[in-house]
Amino acid sequence: MSQKPIVLHTAPHVKKPQDVPMIMRNVVYALLPIVAFAVYQFGISVLLLTIVVVLSCLGTERFFNWMSDKPSSLNDWSSTITGLLLALTLPPGFPLWMGAVAAFAGVAIAKVVFGGIGYNVFNPALAGRAFVQAAFPVAITTWTPAFFSGRFTEFVPSTLTSPLMMPPETAEWVKQVAVDGFSGATPLGMMKFQSISTPTADLLLGTVAGSAGETSALLILLCGAYLIARKMMNWQIPAWIFVGVIITSGVLYLINPDKYADPMFMLFSGGLMLGAMFMASDMVGSPLTPKGVMIYGLLIGFLTVLIRQFGSLSEGIMYAILLGNAMTPLIDTWTQPRLFGAQPKKGKSA
Amino acid sequence: MSLIKQDDTITVDTFMEGIWRENPVFVMMLGMCPTLAVTTSAINALGMGAATTFVLIASSLLVSLFRNLIPAGVRIATYIVIIATFVTLVDYIMQAYSQALYAAMGAFIQLIVVNCIILGRAEACASRNKPLKSMVNAAGMGLGFTLALLCLGGVREILGNGSLFGLPLFGEHFQPWVIMVLPAGGFLVLAGWLILFEWLKLRKQGRSQQVGGAVHEH
Amino acid sequence: MSGNTSTSMIVTLGFVTALSGFLIVTAYQTTKPAIEENKRLRIQQTVLEVIKGATAYKPFVITANGDLLEATPDLKGTNVYAGYDAQGKLMGLAAEGRAQGYSGSVETIYAYSPACECITGVKVIKQTETPGLGDKVITNKDFVANFEKLDAKLDAAGKALANAIVTVKHGSKKNPWEVDAISGATISSRAIAKGLNGSAQEVLPKVVPLLSTIEGAKP
Repeated sequence: MSQKPIVLHTAPHVKKPQDVPMIMRNVVYALLPIVAFAVYQFGISVLLLTIVVVLSCLGTERFFNWMSDKPSSLNDWSSTITGLLLALTLPPGFPLWMGAVAAFAGVAIAKVVFGGIGYNVFNPALAGRAFVQAAFPVAITTWTPAFFSGRFTEFVPSTLTSPLMMPPETAEWVKQVAVDGFSGATPLGMMKFQSISTPTADLLLGTVAGSAGETSALLILLCGAYLIARKMMNWQIPAWIFVGVIITSGVLYLINPDKYADPMFMLFSGGLMLGAMFMASDMVGSPLTPKGVMIYGLLIGFLTVLIRQFGSLSEGIMYAILLGNAMTPLIDTWTQPRLFGAQPKKGKSA
Repeated sequence: MSLIKQDDTITVDTFMEGIWRENPVFVMMLGMCPTLAVTTSAINALGMGAATTFVLIASSLLVSLFRNLIPAGVRIATYIVIIATFVTLVDYIMQAYSQALYAAMGAFIQLIVVNCIILGRAEACASRNKPLKSMVNAAGMGLGFTLALLCLGGVREILGNGSLFGLPLFGEHFQPWVIMVLPAGGFLVLAGWLILFEWLKLRKQGRSQQVGGAVHEH
Repeated sequence: MSGNTSTSMIVTLGFVTALSGFLIVTAYQTTKPAIEENKRLRIQQTVLEVIKGATAYKPFVITANGDLLEATPDLKGTNVYAGYDAQGKLMGLAAEGRAQGYSGSVETIYAYSPACECITGVKVIKQTETPGLGDKVITNKDFVANFEKLDAKLDAAGKALANAIVTVKHGSKKNPWEVDAISGATISSRAIAKGLNGSAQEVLPKVVPLLSTIEGAKP
């Protein structure tokens, strides 16, 4: 029996190649169940919207590749993820042409002009959403009911609006299809403007109105857990965001429970779960050090609650994450670990 | 600088330089404040451009006429007084002509005084050249500025309001892009134009390099 | 350079300033009538539009010490406009309201009808609210209908409004002095009502006792 020679290597010992396209592919796998549930919940409108948004993201990226004489960068999957995430944050009946605008704006403004993947300061999906939030404030706050009966055979009337045109009023159509008095408000909207809370079970299972992919907090948690288990996502980021949300909303709730929502509601409503799991944890836009991640997560959680409770919008996670992205370079500078053996600067301990 | 002292010949370039090669907005990046603030519609852009062009030409004439009399120590103060005079004239004329346009421009008419394009022209051109040449150059700069404002104002009005010079383009069901008439829209449209021009420039360079057999570098 | 002495500096600056003064005064004199005519036309158009049935109007000014005088160019104070029909009957009064909105001040001209002791119309003359949301205060028909007959009775002492004009949440208007806000544009709606309330509280107590004087002053 021949003995295998013992090979000695110096560190690092790479066991498995983990490159960008592979991580990105796994993020796509993790997002697919959420997309599937969104389609099951809201029907073919969401399916078509997702396809249009993803194709627009890819098209935009390819277009700028061509403009700057670079080889295609589509095979790193990052634009696919941007497209999927963006589609999940849009209202189910969002006009397709506006979805394409959001995709173009997100990829062009937030990603390409900064130099492509790895250089983007802001999460492209959120930047795209912020653009259409500012451009089409009415369409992006028009919600349609979940689980309406004809959802696999008919489109929401606003979906097929012709380009550049205003989407038709959906109020009449909603009255026809809605099972029980659907008010056109999301749980956060109801909380903010009518002080009506929604049962946590509904928020977990996703039987509420909202953006296409934000409604089932439980499913998003499971899909995020898959990425964490495969060590492809920093679990500390969502964890610190949750802590930030719980602390901030907890303090407010203790001050005045009639006026402010309870932490459980804050945690499971709106786009917080999707944003914390899949957008704030974007590797490019988030800090590197554990301490930096803590500051980043707490800041996003704090800002989200602040905007939700005191801002004029009912949802705050989008701007909170974008602000967190903007703070990241600064946080990284603050929290650089000291080199081993280096002297602390001017008598200050790090 | 192509403007060498005592060179009195007026060439096509004296006029054209402000429109393309040294466009105040797209190349020199001067006068950003009115560029971003009043270009929410094509009419506003045209009004602002016309007002600035008038001040530019008139102040260039006066500065050039007095160029040998103004002592160097007070030249900036003198230029500003001259510019402010013409801005005040424009202010009155615009009020008398159209209250609506005047209301849309707001404080930006008065702020033409501190538009660096005008002071820049007075210092770089009018104070060293004869009146006619200064005026031709100022007219080119003014036209370049107006065209640049129209580039921004046109896009912002088409997307933000579905019209151009107040004429509806897409019918009553047009969905306005609100962001385009907000300040953010100004920055985005300006950036879009800059990208386009830079890209055209690079392409032109690339082509001439390929013709010359040069290696394409990154 | 020999011209760089202080005398020549002063002389040059003085000359340029004198020239500029001359130009400005000339321009001011030439354009003044046109500017004033333009301003007057703008106010006339707005006032006659907002006071229903009025074909002529007369401007008044409430001065700092509370007197109501016919407007002259140098009189400063709160502007009030009286609108009359063809027979010279007083149709209503118009005044200016102003309050902070979502992104800047919202300025309005509103009409007050002595006959019903109520506000009968509001016109926004200046606003910078979010296009598509805040500017619904101009376009939303249900919201504009709030001001067709908005109660503005004075209290028994005649010193203030009996009921302050307030904005209420969309769909919960119960009393004739309440303004039903636009859902999604609450802040802009509130700015209109606040401007009305602020102006009406100040102007109406002073003007209402003098209605007969105003009626007699028809143009």
